[in-house]
Order: sequence, then structure tokens, then C-alpha cells
Amino acid sequence: MSEKKLNQAKDETLSRRQLIVRRFFRNKSAVFGLGTLLFITALAVLGPYLTPWTWDLSKENGLDFNAFIDSPYGGGLTAPSFDDGHYFGTSQVGGDVFAQTIRGLQKSLLIGLLVAVFSTSIAAIVGATAGYLMGRTDKGLMWLVDLLLVLPSFLILAILSRWYQSSGWLLLVVLLAAFNWMITARIVRSVSMSLRERDFIRAARYMGVPTRKIISKHLIPNMASLLIIDGTLNVGGAILSETGLSYLGFGVRAPDVSLGSLIAEGTASALTYPWLFMFSGGLLILTVLAISLIGDGLRDAFDPGSKSGRKS
Amino acid sequence: MKKTLVLQIKSLSVTFPSESGTVNAVRNVSLDIFPGEVLGVVGESGSGKSVLSLSTIGLLPNSARVSGEILLDGKNLLQLSDQEMSKHRGRDIAMVFQDPLSALNPVQTIGHQIAEALLIHQEISYDDALKRAGELLDEMRIPRPFERVKSYPHEFSGGMRQRVMIALAIANAPKIILADEPSTALDVTVQAQVLELLKRASQLTGAAVVLVTHDMGVVAGLADRIAIMYAGKIVEEGPIEKVFENPAMPYTIGLIRSIPRVDESEKRRLVSIAGSPPSPVALPPGCAFAPRCPAYTEICDSKVPDLEAFEGDRSVACLRKDEIAGLVSAGRLYPTEVTKGHVKSTSDVKLLEVSNLSKSFPLLKGNVFRRRVGSVYAVDKISFTLEQGKCLAIVGESGCGKTTTLLEVMNLVAPENGRIVVFGKNVSELSKSERLAIRKDLQIVFQDPFASLDPRLPIGEAIMEPMEVFSVSKSEQLTRMQELLELVGLNPAHANRFPSEFSGGQRQRIVIARALALNPKILILDEPVSALDVSVRAGVLNLLAELQEKLGISYLFVSHDLAVVQHVADYVAVMYLGSIVESGAVAQVFNSPHHPYTKALLSAVPIPDPKVEKSRERIILEGELPSPINPPSGCRFHNRCFVTKARSETDQAKCASERPELRIVEGAEVSCHFPLLK
Amino acid sequence: MGFIAKRFANFLLLVIIATTAGYLLAASALNPRENFLGRNPPVPENTINSILTQVNMNDQDPVLQRYGTWVGGVVKGDLGKTIFSESVNEEFKNRIWVSFRLLILGSILGAVFGVLIGVISAVRQYKFFDRTFGYSSYIILSTPVFLIAILLKFFAVFINEKLGFTLFYTVGLNTPEISGFELFVNSLQHMILPTLSLTLGGIAFYSRWQRNSMLDVLGSDHLRTARAKGLTKRQALFKHGLRVAVLPMATFFAYSFGLLIAGAAFTESIFGWYGMGEWFIRAVNTNDINSVSAIVLFTAILVLFAGFLADVLTAALDPRVRIR
Ligand SMILES: Nc1ncnc2c1ncn2[C@@H]1O[C@H](COP(=O)(O)OP(=O)(O)O)[C@@H](O)[C@H]1O
Ligand code: SF4
Ligand code: SF4
Ligand SMILES: [Mg+2]
Repeated sequence: MSEKKLNQAKDETLSRRQLIVRRFFRNKSAVFGLGTLLFITALAVLGPYLTPWTWDLSKENGLDFNAFIDSPYGGGLTAPSFDDGHYFGTSQVGGDVFAQTIRGLQKSLLIGLLVAVFSTSIAAIVGATAGYLMGRTDKGLMWLVDLLLVLPSFLILAILSRWYQSSGWLLLVVLLAAFNWMITARIVRSVSMSLRERDFIRAARYMGVPTRKIISKHLIPNMASLLIIDGTLNVGGAILSETGLSYLGFGVRAPDVSLGSLIAEGTASALTYPWLFMFSGGLLILTVLAISLIGDGLRDAFDPGSKSGRKS
Repeated sequence: MKKTLVLQIKSLSVTFPSESGTVNAVRNVSLDIFPGEVLGVVGESGSGKSVLSLSTIGLLPNSARVSGEILLDGKNLLQLSDQEMSKHRGRDIAMVFQDPLSALNPVQTIGHQIAEALLIHQEISYDDALKRAGELLDEMRIPRPFERVKSYPHEFSGGMRQRVMIALAIANAPKIILADEPSTALDVTVQAQVLELLKRASQLTGAAVVLVTHDMGVVAGLADRIAIMYAGKIVEEGPIEKVFENPAMPYTIGLIRSIPRVDESEKRRLVSIAGSPPSPVALPPGCAFAPRCPAYTEICDSKVPDLEAFEGDRSVACLRKDEIAGLVSAGRLYPTEVTKGHVKSTSDVKLLEVSNLSKSFPLLKGNVFRRRVGSVYAVDKISFTLEQGKCLAIVGESGCGKTTTLLEVMNLVAPENGRIVVFGKNVSELSKSERLAIRKDLQIVFQDPFASLDPRLPIGEAIMEPMEVFSVSKSEQLTRMQELLELVGLNPAHANRFPSEFSGGQRQRIVIARALALNPKILILDEPVSALDVSVRAGVLNLLAELQEKLGISYLFVSHDLAVVQHVADYVAVMYLGSIVESGAVAQVFNSPHHPYTKALLSAVPIPDPKVEKSRERIILEGELPSPINPPSGCRFHNRCFVTKARSETDQAKCASERPELRIVEGAEVSCHFPLLK
Repeated sequence: MGFIAKRFANFLLLVIIATTAGYLLAASALNPRENFLGRNPPVPENTINSILTQVNMNDQDPVLQRYGTWVGGVVKGDLGKTIFSESVNEEFKNRIWVSFRLLILGSILGAVFGVLIGVISAVRQYKFFDRTFGYSSYIILSTPVFLIAILLKFFAVFINEKLGFTLFYTVGLNTPEISGFELFVNSLQHMILPTLSLTLGGIAFYSRWQRNSMLDVLGSDHLRTARAKGLTKRQALFKHGLRVAVLPMATFFAYSFGLLIAGAAFTESIFGWYGMGEWFIRAVNTNDINSVSAIVLFTAILVLFAGFLADVLTAALDPRVRIR
């Protein structure tokens, strides 16, 4: 064991950060993921400026009456075209699908990001506390984790949808995060437990360094890679949960839109008017795919030895 | 070379592609292996020993690039497909790996795994194979072999599993057994048993044994011939007595002289080889040893020295091989320092007094609701005293309670039982601020230098960390840190580098510097050199001795390595299963051990000198360290003790029922009813 | 034996807590009264109250009292009344087999094919098979179940059109008014798509973990020992690697079961199967507290049962766990 470490140490002429960056960028899938995500983010941010239309049907430029009237299908539903500025076509009532998709994308990305930040933070705090302090604190917290894991979180969220649908989507973020942190917390806990027994932490304890400082100076920095990786992968998971709930009507709801609710609206007539859900569906897959490629790329870059996370 | 060879390795080179460049793991190695001989391959970690043995058995990872030839019966093994090669594996070439804990399949029975080895190469029925597996276990001296075939690996201890591995290796009576560090992961007394069995295995089957190890002592007792590897090359090869007595390559000379020996009584500074082994991705242009070689001249960079014949049956890879002997006799290579002796301040101020210290851990059972079903005594009523300026060593095999003892002292809280007095203060009566004040004078160095430094903290900051706790001013911290780096022999300019840029020996120096930052009175050292490479150990040991002379610190030194203890300590306490069985001055305890366990332990330590090692009589203990969960009754050592076995039945009964008290025997404290006398 | 009993006790406790949480949350978040408001002609307050009281959903009664009544029934095997005053038990009986069919097939097929593909991928690491299935599973895992279902539906319609007859049915369990062999074939045709949409995710999930676990084992010491005995790489992998590598999958089985149940809700509603998942969605939308709670209870039991099964499976495969 220590033989390997020794040799690795000697081979490391580059700094750790440089090595990680180099490994990441040598991984084609990860670079593809990063490029895609950058593109998608740019689209979400800049999209509204690219079209004269808006997603909000109650606004003046929310509905296109010309499209509504001119449509060959009668009653809205023009196919995607650059001529009339509806890049992704229009909906039944003449709403611009592009503007709505961008809005949905923004919403889903934002929710995913916030949920990941919240749940990874909860996981880091709970996991590190349980793992470092051990004993009763640990037992209590882990029981809570086990309980939350067996609670059918999807059902509970659906039941609670009444609450967050009336009090805004931030509550949805909080609830999604509340049911999303447990597995990461378990991992963080086991890492903290092993770090706790590492000699450099023990040495710090015996030097008289206070607990708070040990956690902030030694424990957390040494878990940074784990937290970054898990945080990234959590973004994808959160987007999937959010869109799932929204699809069933338990998440983001009209008048606001998310990728999930857009897909739900589009599926009714998916066969005849594919543009209604194609773009939102495609963007959803692409976003989650890009995020998981980045997450796995980061894992490979941080920890090239581990196969348990290597891409399939 | 008229004798027939079993195996011939010709100009074998193995490289691996890696992030930082090509790793030259094995470079142009040629080696002949004769029937029935024991060949020792010795080198430090990373010198390519494992890669060499893995290429011989054809189990290198796919990324390896191999060139050269490995000839078995005239067939080049390197050109065989996996399928063809698998016909030779196990039947002609067998292998014993280093880590017995993970080498067996955890979900299959031992018997099944041995039987499988037989069934692969022989036309026999499964039942016969299973029966034969039992016989093999019996040959490997495993008690109740025919029952044990039904056991799973996790039910066996490390030593037992290594016996199973040897049984597996000899199952098909191979021509060659490769043993890669077969005893490194084991305790000394168990190591002695396993090496004995390896010898027996070769006698039973007539197989040649290639014994790969980093431990000169291990080969000394077993091998007929030795090959020394350095940075992927064999640098010296020949009959073992000749090489030990009269090494010809500067690296070999340094290596042999740098090893502390348990059988030498006067203290000396060890010879230490400067620097550390080169990185296999960036080898020096000529001789790989050149940057560390005391006999280096410019020619050494001109070309890579080949292994050439030397004095008849030996070979050496050194461009100045014919001049070396002259340099040695002129005292120009590794001059042995005039021993100043340890000029230690004599004072009998007691810095640390431990009496009747006990520590137990709860024994838990159950998976869902764990409950305590009993206690395991990791440390059971031990007492010792550390005097100012002295070094007290605690020795014992793994699990005997050494580290628990240290941690109990370091915790500075009231022990479960007994008394700990540090600097005259009883730790159970300390206030928070007093405890912190004591921490300043009581520092610790751990075994693994790779784990003791936060990989994300530059070493300078690591050294300043303890000073920060005691609010030393920033500028003072900086000057002190630079001083310390210099003191331990490192360049102060490297203070902002990260630990990963240093080798093991250097890191241990950094850790020592950190421990010294606040000028402690006691330094606790937990196996400080056992994770280090052989050639850098001497340097760290010398540093420790030097520091003690300069600074007058006291050491509480814990080790399983008796040779190291013999070298550094003034007093020694031998632990067995949580108790001290013998303690006293080092010279006295080591020269005339009174407790049977001390004697056996000393006898099990291999001595790096083939003449001594092959001629001395050894006591090989039976069995292994019993589990502290249910320790033997009476004298804890009685089930393995060779003294009690030779005595009358009443005496035996006494040993089995009555726990011996510590008492003074010929100046040492011994806990034995029938101590050995001078 | 004691071990199993304790495990069971812990499971029971968790089921009770999960259901209690489910009931209380449903009782406070859902508002059955809403169903009667805004009707034309308006329903008199008294009538609403008496209907709600009759089905034990009157929000004017204290929630703990309603919970007590509900638990009293559950203990006797009576899950209460739906908001439409029908028996929850009846509804349960009608729907459970519809869901079971999906869940059992989905979990078994997912695990079996996933493990199989994972193993082959590991053996042929970086070869064509590995890469193809590797990238496919990435994409599948990035696609939510409902999108998979919709896309499959899309695809099926396209195939049907090309073929000129209906190979895949996209709605319901079977075509009414047929019997015998015809019914069997017809049911199969109805089953393919829902099962597939539920299974694909499972296959992708298991195959990735199995492949990694297999590769970990491939680099392990005991596999090297097996090869040193004279087994070829492939033999060693199948005789020694497989069983060790499958072990962690048992745990994943337990974890993924919860996901599978959630997935079934989508599949059922998209393919018009009247199973538990579809019922749940409908129950939340109609504020049917008792039905929702019954489904939470059912799910908790299933998830825990899967966990229990995983433990038993692990113990059967791994002698290290078996002791004591
Ligand atoms: N699979 C591998 N990939 C890359 N480098 C390796 C591999 N195996 C061994 N090495 C390198 O080859 C060198 C020799 O290793 P090894 O034979 O294990 O040394 P030893 O057994 O003497 O300690 C080391 O530098 C090691 O890092
Ligand atoms: S070749 Fe030169 S550097 Fe190498 S060992 Fe010989 S003398 Fe030393
Ligand atoms: S007391 Fe008896 S058993 Fe124990 S060491 Fe002495 S002689 Fe051996
Ligand atoms: Mg090795």
C-alpha cells in the first residue's frame, strides 16, 4: 500500500490541481459534458433576448394571434420556423414554444442547482458531525437517515405539493433537498470516520487544535473533492425529481413552467405535434446527461484509481 | 553453467505508461534459476521485485509493456497466450503473495479453493481433491486439517491463511515457487513459522524458491543465492555468504551496513545512505545509484552499468567494481563514525509514571441493536516509568496493546484504571488549561509519514500548526519553522511545498520537526521507521539519536522491531497480550532474556548475516497471538510456552492456572513462574 | 434467529413511522372539503360534513382522532373508505395485481439483464459491446421514466404504422371481449411497452454498478490468486469474481426498489394501467386521504421487504455475514 503511495508521491512533479485539470480535459466525455452544459446555460441566460416573444401568456407578446389564425392546423400550433420568429413553433393557444422552453429550462436548472447546493450542504454538515463526533450523535443522525430513506419520498412530496404550490417554488426546493441528502450524508460520514482516524487529524488533536478548527481546516478541505463530485451529480438527480413531479402536476404549475410541465402539456398531442415536447424533452436529457458526464469526469480526475465510479 | 536451469530470464524489461511519463519498473534483468535452490531477491519498495515476479508468472496488468525472454523448458513464456500460460501457472510456477488477508476468495471454503487448484491440473475426482486438500493443510501444520477444509478464509488468522497460500502453491508440485514478501504482513513469531514452512515446502516438492523481500534478515537464513535490485535492475548477484561478507557494489555495502542488528551490543551510529531511491520515471542517465553513491565519479554518468561477472560465481553492476574493494579498505566509503557513545545527560527525574494502567474496549454483539456482551482488555495493569533524557521502548507483536498504551497517555484524561502522572501531575486532576500546557511538552510522531501530514497543507504551515495553538507570534513561527527544517536536515526553502513532493523519509523528518516545534520534553514515537524504506531508516534513526544528544529529550518509543529497539533504547518493556512480561535495561534484557516469550521473540528476529542466521538455534513458537477477547487462563503465554512444556505436570498446572506476578530476577522485572536464568 | 427477529422488529417500527408520517401529512396537506366546493348547485355544509365524517376525513375532527380511527381499522385489516365512500380494500384488491405484474417483472428483468450486461461489459472492457451499452446506459439514466415511456409509445406507433397491424398496444391491460390464447397474446402485446419503460432504467442502473463492481474484483488479490492457480482470466472471473461482484448488487436492489415504485406511477398513468401508481395520482388529486395513506403503507412495506430480501440474499451469498 504505502509502496504505491510512495511512488505516486515521487511521480507527482505537477501540482495536484494542474493534474486534476489535465486529467479532466483529457477525458473526452467530460469535456463534451462541460461544453454542452455551458451551451445550455448560455441558452437559458441569453434565450429571452433572442426572441421577441415571452413565455408569459398573460403578457402582450405572450400570444401570437397571427400564428393562431394562420395555422394550417387551425387554432395555434404552427410548426417550428425561423420566418415567423417561432423557432420551436407555437402551442395550441399560440404561445411561443421557444420562449416557454427557455423559461422551463431556467426554472429546472435553477431548482436543480439550489437543491444540489442545499442537499450537499446538509449532507456535509450532518455527515461530518456524525462521523467526527461518533457516539450518540452519530446513532441519532443515522437513524434519521435510515428513516428518511425508507419514507417513500416521491409520494410524500406529491402529498405535500399542495403546500409548496401555494407558497411558491422555493418550498419545493427545500423539500426536494430534504429528501435528497441522505445517501451523500452516509458517504460523507464514512469518509469522516476514516479521516478522523488518520494520523494527521489525530496529530492535530494531540497538539491541542480545537475541534471546530480541525473540522474546518483539515476535515472539510480533505473531503472537498467528494463534495464537489456529489454536488454535481445531485444537480442532475434534482432536475430529474423536479421534472418528474412537475410532469404529474405536483411540481411547478401553470402559469409558471418547468421542463417537466412543458413535457406533460406536450405529450397529449405528442404524436401529431412533436415540437410541443421534443425540445423540452431533448434539452432535459441533454442537461442531465451533460451533468452526469461532468460529475463522473470530475471523479476520474480527482481519484483516478477508483473504478467504482468510473464511467461505463 | 553446466547445470540445467529450471527457468531463465533474459534481458527482461517492463515499463508502464503513466501520467508523468514511462515508468521503468524492470530494466534489462537476466537471472538464472536452478532446480531446488532458494534465490533471494532483495530490494526496497519500488525497486521492481513484484513486477519481476509477476512477469514470471504472467500476471502483469494489461498496461505493462514487456520485452526480453523468460524461458521455461526452452519455451518463451512471454509469447504464450493467457490460455497457454494458464497451463503452466500453478503446475510449473506457483506463487505466494504478500497479503494473506485478501489473497483468498472470501466466499468459498478453504478446501474448495485448494481442491480447485488440484482439479485444474490433475485428473482426479472432487472428493479426492478435497481429501488431498486436507493432507496439504496437514503438511502445512494446520491443526485439525480435515475439519478446517470446510472453513472460510475469514475464520483463519493471517498466519494461517499464509499457510493455506503455501499449501495452494505446492498442491501441484511446481518447479518454482515465487514468494513475494510472504512474511512481511505477519508478526515476527508468525513470520518465523511461515519461513520455516516455506523451506519445508521446497524440500517436500524439490521446487526452486524465489524469495522476494525487502528484509535482508529474511533472506539471510533461507537463501542460497541472493540478487539485489535497485531501481529496476539487478545490481549485485551471487552466493549469499560471499555477498554478505564482501559486498562489491556501493549500494549493497551501504544497505548491509545500515541495518541495525539485534545481536550486536555496542551502540553505533548506523551508516546511512544519502537521499532516497530515484523516481522510476526520471532515472539518472548512467548508473541509477549515482546521485547517492559515495564512490561516484564522472564516468558513472557515461552509461548504464551492465551486470558483469565478478570473482567467478558472482556478478556486479558497477562501473568501478574493481576499485570499490580498495576504497572500502581505505575507509573512504561509508566511513564508520567514531562512536561517541550516547552521551546522555544522566538524571533520574521521572517525567512520566504509569502504574497499573488498564484499558478495555466493549465487546459488542448484534447488528441492529448492538449491545455490550463483555470487555476486551487491550491493556491490562501495566506500569512503567520514563526518566528524563532516556529512551524507553515498548516492544511486542501487533495487537499486544502498544498503541493503546500510547494513546491512553496522549489522551491526558483519567484512565479507566490505574494512574498516569505526567511531569509530576496526575492526569485525572488536570484542568483544561493545565492539559493544554502539558500538550506543549508532550508530542507524538506516528508510524506512517504519509498519513501524518495533511496533504492539503504546505509543510511549513504544518510545522507551524502547533505553535499557532499556543499563539506564538507569526514572525517567531516563521524563524522557528526554518530552524526546525534545517535541524532535521531539510532545505528551509522548501517550506511552501506540499507533502506529496517529499519522499517517506523526508516526510518523517517533517513530522519530527513539527513535533519538536514547541521544544517538548517527551517525544512519543509510534513505530517511527517501520513504514520507511530500508535505506532511509538509518538516516531517521541517526537523526533521532542526534536530537536526543543535542536537546536532551526523552523518548517513549514503540516498535515491533527488536533490532531498532536494541539500537535506540536504554530501557525496554516487552508486552504480550496487554501485559508487560519483562522489562529492564536493554543490554540486560537482550543479552540474557528471562521470560520465555522475550527469548522466543529475540530468536525469531532474523539477523542479516547468513553465517549467524544459518547456524544459530532458533526457537519457533507454536500458534499465534491468542485473541484478547478470550485470553488464556493463568499465564497468558502458557499455551505457546516452550519452558512450561518441558516441565513437570504440577508446574504446567501452575502456569495454566496462576497468573505470575512481576518480580525482580537478576536485575530485570519478569512475570514468569519459571524464568530463564543466566 | 434472534437476528432476524430483531431485524423484523426494526422494520415494523420503520413501517409504523412511515405510515404515520404519511397519514398525518396527507391529512393536513389534502383538503377533501375542496371536492364539494364550487359545485352547482352548492352542496349544503351539513351534507358535506356528514359525508366527510362517514369516510373519516372531516377536517373539523381533530387529526389525531381521525388517525386513531384509521389505525383502529388498519389493525383489523380495514383500510377505510375512499372519498367516494367505497371500500379502500376493494380498490386495493382490484389494483394490486396490476402493479405487481409491472413491479415484479420490472425489478427482476432489470436486475437480471443489468447484471448480465454489466458482467459482459467488464469482461470486454473498452470493446464495442462495453462502449455501446456504456453510452446507452448513460443516456437512459439521464432520461426520466416518463420521457422513456412517451418515446417508446412514439416508437411503437411508428412501428405499428410501418407493419400495417398493431404489434404493440399502448393503452390498457388487454383488449376487452377476448379470451383464451388470444387473450394471453393480447395481454403480452399490452405488457411489452410498460414493462420495457420501467425496465430500461433498471438495466442501465444495474449494468453500470455491476460492471464497476466486477472491475474492482478483477483487480483484487484473490482473483490474482485464482489465476496463479492456473485459471484463465475468464475462468477466474466467472468462478471467483462473479459471486463476489454480485454481492453489492443486493444492497442496490433494496435502494432502487423505491425508485421503481415511483417509476410505476408514471408508467401506469401513461399506458392507462389502473394500478397503484395511477391510483395514487388520482387520490392526491381528489384529496382522498385514506387511499393515499393506504398506498404509503403499501409502499413502505414493499421497500422494507426489498431491504429485507437484500439482507437475506447477502447472507446467503456471503459467509462473512452469515456468522452469528
Ligand atoms: N500496474 C502498474 N502500473 C504502473 N506502474 C506500476 C504498476 N505496477 C508497478 N508499477 C511501478 O513499477 C515500479 C516497480 O514496482 P514493484 O515491482 O511493485 O516494486 P517492489 O515490488 O520492488 O516494491 C514502481 O515504480 C511501481 O510504481
Ligand atoms: S557505477 Fe558509479 S555510481 Fe554506480 S555504483 Fe558504481 S561507483 Fe557508484
Ligand atoms: S509462567 Fe509458565 S507458561 Fe508463563 S512464561 Fe513462565 S514458564 Fe511459560
Ligand atoms: Mg512488492
